[in-house]
Amino acid sequence: MAELLKEQEETQKWGMVIDMDICSGCQACVTACSMENNVPFVGEDEMAYGRGLQWMRIRRYWEGEYPEVTPTHQPMLCQQCGSAPCEPVCPTFASVHSQEEQINVQVYNRCIGTRYCANNCPFSARVFNWFDYETPAPMNSYLNPDVSVRRRGIMEKCTFCVQRIVHGRQQAAAEGREVEDGDIVPACAQACPTDAIVFGDLSDPESKVSKMSRSDRAFKELEELGTQPKVIYLKGGKSYGG
Amino acid sequence: MAADAKSLLNGRKTAHVETEAEELRKEHLMLDPMPRDEMNDMVMEAMTTTTKTYWVWVIGFGIAVAVLLFGAWGYMIATGMGVAGIRRPIYWGIFIVTFVFWIGISHAGTFVSAILRVFKAEFRRPFTRAAELMTTFGLAAGAIYPLVHLGRVWVFYWMIPYPNARWLWPNFRSALEWDLLAITTYLLSSTIYLFLPLIPDLAMARDRSTGIRHFFYKTFALGWRGTEAEWTRLRKAIGIFAFAIIPVMFSVHTIVSWDFAVGQVAGWHSTIFGPYFIIGAILSGVSAVVTILYVLRKTLKNMDYFIRLEHFDGLGKLILIFSMAWAYFFFNEYLLSWYGGEAAVKQVLTLHATGPTAWVWYLMLICNVAIPWLFLWNKKVRRTPWLMFIITLLVNVGMYAERYTIIPLTLGHQRSPFDWGIYNPTIVEVSIALGTLCLFIFLYLLASRAIPLVPVWEVQEGQMAHSIRKVGKTEVPSVTELE
Repeated sequence: MAELLKEQEETQKWGMVIDMDICSGCQACVTACSMENNVPFVGEDEMAYGRGLQWMRIRRYWEGEYPEVTPTHQPMLCQQCGSAPCEPVCPTFASVHSQEEQINVQVYNRCIGTRYCANNCPFSARVFNWFDYETPAPMNSYLNPDVSVRRRGIMEKCTFCVQRIVHGRQQAAAEGREVEDGDIVPACAQACPTDAIVFGDLSDPESKVSKMSRSDRAFKELEELGTQPKVIYLKGGKSYGG
Repeated sequence: MAADAKSLLNGRKTAHVETEAEELRKEHLMLDPMPRDEMNDMVMEAMTTTTKTYWVWVIGFGIAVAVLLFGAWGYMIATGMGVAGIRRPIYWGIFIVTFVFWIGISHAGTFVSAILRVFKAEFRRPFTRAAELMTTFGLAAGAIYPLVHLGRVWVFYWMIPYPNARWLWPNFRSALEWDLLAITTYLLSSTIYLFLPLIPDLAMARDRSTGIRHFFYKTFALGWRGTEAEWTRLRKAIGIFAFAIIPVMFSVHTIVSWDFAVGQVAGWHSTIFGPYFIIGAILSGVSAVVTILYVLRKTLKNMDYFIRLEHFDGLGKLILIFSMAWAYFFFNEYLLSWYGGEAAVKQVLTLHATGPTAWVWYLMLICNVAIPWLFLWNKKVRRTPWLMFIITLLVNVGMYAERYTIIPLTLGHQRSPFDWGIYNPTIVEVSIALGTLCLFIFLYLLASRAIPLVPVWEVQEGQMAHSIRKVGKTEVPSVTELE
């Protein structure tokens, strides 16, 4: 089992493909993400003020003049950059790269809240705990025991549902097999009604996510900055089928 | 001083010889010597005279510090960062703006004291101490902000490198870590640099005071007797520190600018930021010196003798030069961005000038460029203290606007238009910012009655070196090389 885990460590490179063509902007992923990761609800006023703690949000762009408008939806989450701008700026190593999962992780217990990482994130994907948010009973029973609850004054962000990745890998190793494509599904991908979000191993050329990432419509957000995002978008709008 | 002699000869050839010497004395502190005892007494008097109004101010500012700074900060710690107005994507607001502002102010002391000392600018002598105090207190006010802006200030010490239970060093690649080290270094070295030239003056005060004051001065004068050996050592130490602190000063504001320049934010990522910030810091610092000198001259006894129009004149010229240098860097920022051709940067810079907050940008240009350029070329303006007071205050308003433009307004214009945001400071933030201003004034008020604000020995040394000599039929000021 240990060998299998080590092998997984060396090969797996988790990535995500989001097809903007079939994303309807329904925000099911946003809700699922919040439930899975114990993301607190901040209330209407704070949300309107721009302090929503969503790890995933839908960017909506309008094209054309009203009433002839077409919306484009782009689910935006932490891009799990290979060369992440948030990592070197943190003075306490709270934002670090995980060797094991090859993703960018936030160590809540180390964070002292300088918010430098959030300023330096070109995707504005990080969110800050402005206050302590209470989860009123009986909602506290919904809290996911696999994810720590954060307190005020620290940064947080999308983790690619790292708890599910760990669980999936251990499950496979326990059963004495490789992790198969589709074993691990993050909450957003699971909730997406149109299957616009696909998650998997980018280093395996046969995985669904790998195949989709080679599409002609594939692009990476702000690729020119060289941050090497692990989230690949498929162009939407009028570019059906590439 | 040769230049002074020349201008004088050209200026008033027809005037009566005796009047000329008198005028020279009236104009230059260095040529207007006073018996040492008398001068010592003047400074002692300035230091020990406290009126009722003074105590009202002290108590008022003390309460203001307690309420505005520590009250508001305590409330913020207990409630959460959310009481500040910052929101996505503007994670740094006026805390960091005011931080940069104070670090800028703190450049005054080093610049006026160390650089003018190294270049032997004689007019610096009476106000080096006032400027050095600004450095120390400005840093004290500024150094609070890296703590204030933390989400979890109670674990701030995790940034300090020490062997710890977490088995973790701080991240030395982070610009915030460089900041911590640079500011600590600057605070320590500027405090020592303030203390060294203070020793002979403390000894002077020790010999002329009784009671608790005597004990205080005795302790801090370190047994100074004024022997030749002591003077030699002191001169050497000051010389070393004056040279050593200049690179520290340059590095500190360069490193503060790197907080922004090493980031990838469009509008921050610029190599010009280091020198741009330093020039801005010196501009605001020297302006603040003039502001303070005006207040000291008005409120402290016997200051008329020490702080003269020549000093306002000299500092006014410096401000004009630094305003021009600042304008060059400002222009250069646009030039380089235009040359670099990155669309996002171009957009940010355009929005600064045309967006809904363009008034901040115009305020910056009016206060930093238009006002100094329009007024400070004029000798009459430079020699009108109250006008200089207003102008220098406005320059610092402009410099605050500059930092405001660079920090929250630039962060507001992210690369993706969906993330754009506007930031409005809340009452808690403003109150903490005002609180540090009150802290600065409060500390300065206390210091003005606790230590000699005029470096008496430096003035006396200067007066010994300067004299008016008769050359033919004219009298010219001359200066002896001291070291």
